Amino acid sequence: MQLDRDTLLDAYRRMRTIRLFEEKLEELSLAGKLPGFLHLYAGEEATAVGVCMHLGDTDYLASTHRGHGHCIAKGVDLRGMMAELYGRRSGICKGKGGSMHIADLDKGMLGANGIVGAGLPLATGAALTAQMRGRGQVVVAFFGDGAANQGSFHESLNLAAIWRLPVVFVAENNGYGEATPVEYHMKIRDIADRAGSYGIPGEIADGMDFLDVYEKAGTAIERAREGGGPTLLECKTYRYYGHYVGDPLTYRTKEEQEEVRQTRDPLELFERKAESELGLVSSDELREIDAEVKRTIEAAVEYAESSDAPPPEDLLSDVYVSYSGAHGDA
Amino acid sequence: MREIFFSQAINEAMRIALEKDPDVVVLGEDVAGGEGREDEGIEEAWGGIMGATKGLRKAFGPERVRDTPISETGFLGAGVGAAVTGLRPIVELMFMDFMGVAFDPLLNQAAKLRYMLGGKARVPLTVRTLVGAGVRAAAQHSQSLYGITTAIPGLKTVVPSTPRDAKGLLLAAIRDDDPVVFCENKSLYFSKGPCPEEDFEIPLGLADVKREGEDVTVVAVSRMVHVALEAADRLGEEGISLEVVDPRTLSPLDEETILVSLEKTGRLVIVDEGTPRCGFAADVAALAADRGFDLLDAPVKRVTAPHSPVPFSPVLEDAYIPDAERLIEAVHEITD
Repeated sequence: MQLDRDTLLDAYRRMRTIRLFEEKLEELSLAGKLPGFLHLYAGEEATAVGVCMHLGDTDYLASTHRGHGHCIAKGVDLRGMMAELYGRRSGICKGKGGSMHIADLDKGMLGANGIVGAGLPLATGAALTAQMRGRGQVVVAFFGDGAANQGSFHESLNLAAIWRLPVVFVAENNGYGEATPVEYHMKIRDIADRAGSYGIPGEIADGMDFLDVYEKAGTAIERAREGGGPTLLECKTYRYYGHYVGDPLTYRTKEEQEEVRQTRDPLELFERKAESELGLVSSDELREIDAEVKRTIEAAVEYAESSDAPPPEDLLSDVYVSYSGAHGDA
Repeated sequence: MREIFFSQAINEAMRIALEKDPDVVVLGEDVAGGEGREDEGIEEAWGGIMGATKGLRKAFGPERVRDTPISETGFLGAGVGAAVTGLRPIVELMFMDFMGVAFDPLLNQAAKLRYMLGGKARVPLTVRTLVGAGVRAAAQHSQSLYGITTAIPGLKTVVPSTPRDAKGLLLAAIRDDDPVVFCENKSLYFSKGPCPEEDFEIPLGLADVKREGEDVTVVAVSRMVHVALEAADRLGEEGISLEVVDPRTLSPLDEETILVSLEKTGRLVIVDEGTPRCGFAADVAALAADRGFDLLDAPVKRVTAPHSPVPFSPVLEDAYIPDAERLIEAVHEITD
């Protein structure tokens, strides 16, 4: 798959944004500035970006509880995201969703989801809409290795397969379903093998390698866009932080974590390949992007911190589009 | 006015909705039946378990009237995803009991998406489903679980009692921009009643006084409306006049019509086929205590199914379902 300079720089910017955004969130969370739970995406950047580089605003994406990376990769506004995580009125969901439900329909981002495996049926339904509209839209459902054991995974793959829906199911196998290793929670090595049960292609990508994900996701998305039906794409990846901020990570060794960071880091891998092998970008350019991204994130924090909390009347708005009997409101 | 079966009313509403709005689709198990066997001369073998979708697949094609695998989480969840992206799906959940294997799409997705997204999402989904005991279908095909969906903010719940109400409310439900759970009582399916031929809507949240009376207000929905009307006939003979109020939708609930009736009668009985704890009858009783206490001349009575599963044996099942006898007894307790 041909990659040009602009695409590579764009991809790098998105990946670096995810990394710095998540690092900033950890810092803010530990400082007590962010309410609630955070599931950070750092380490898995190449997967979200490698897939989302193939999507436009009219394509849909269903995400997981670890959804910030998908949002950023899909182009959701950083200031709105940060304000949402602060629970402010200017948040992308008016402060009503938070980290686990962050979403932006204008960008086709159907939402992070607090229920493991719940995004797959939603994506399947969005793909039904896309198929019936006939405008070549594609849907991507991201989900973790843990979700691959939910009934919703199996039901969605089957439904999408028999209806030949334009959806790509992207398994982000980061080796752990919360604190449980994948070797324990499933008997097979590759989630991609499950595609065979539904008569659809199953592919494996190195989820730490942008170029590999980009190529394999491109094939699957193109196939879906052209009416060829769904693909199950498994990206082997790794999360740098715990299941949530505060997770003491007592279920995996320090050595394992260090080794991945030193040998498989998606940003370093990207730089090595894009600069040395492809010769399309320079380290100086990438450092400039790093600095820009850092400033953008700082600006997002300032925006969020200077934003107002929701007014009390927001508690009861947006429950329904309309909710009144002939005799008045409830 | 012409009289039609309840099932025909449901069918007509879907047919009209499909005709007028290309975004309307029907999904469910065997809504056609025998799908994929056209070559063998088989087309639309069933039209739904109760025949409610009969003729729709032939009229609108397999793209818009889609058979699904037996996979409730998959297709109900897909209904939610389709709704939030612009279709207006009618999903048939064959029996409400099956909500047990597909609760997440209703509880955590459909009901909450709009709120979680700060008002940016619309979920114009209608879930049609069968409720009610009385056909010897035992514990897992007979429950009246509308109390559960009523308790979930973000969902609307509709429980029609007549063909006319079924048609007008279903058209309103399909065209509503919020997720609606539409509960059809299987015992009413082949009962007849007057129903207009044209396209019409009955607003959600508007009760109907099915019988005017002076002495006791009886609040009932679905099949229990007919039990209340039978009791009203019989009590009329002994000079006790019942006013039968049918809320028709449990969420939103038309509280005012209930209270206006209570103001007239001063006495209230709720009759419900649901179980007694945290249910519809308890809810209306609480309404009377909260907002109608000064109107009450007697204790509020609830006549409901017992706190038990629905039994199989006809003798036991008949004892399970509230009937006119028990309702009359309750009325006597507060009028003697």
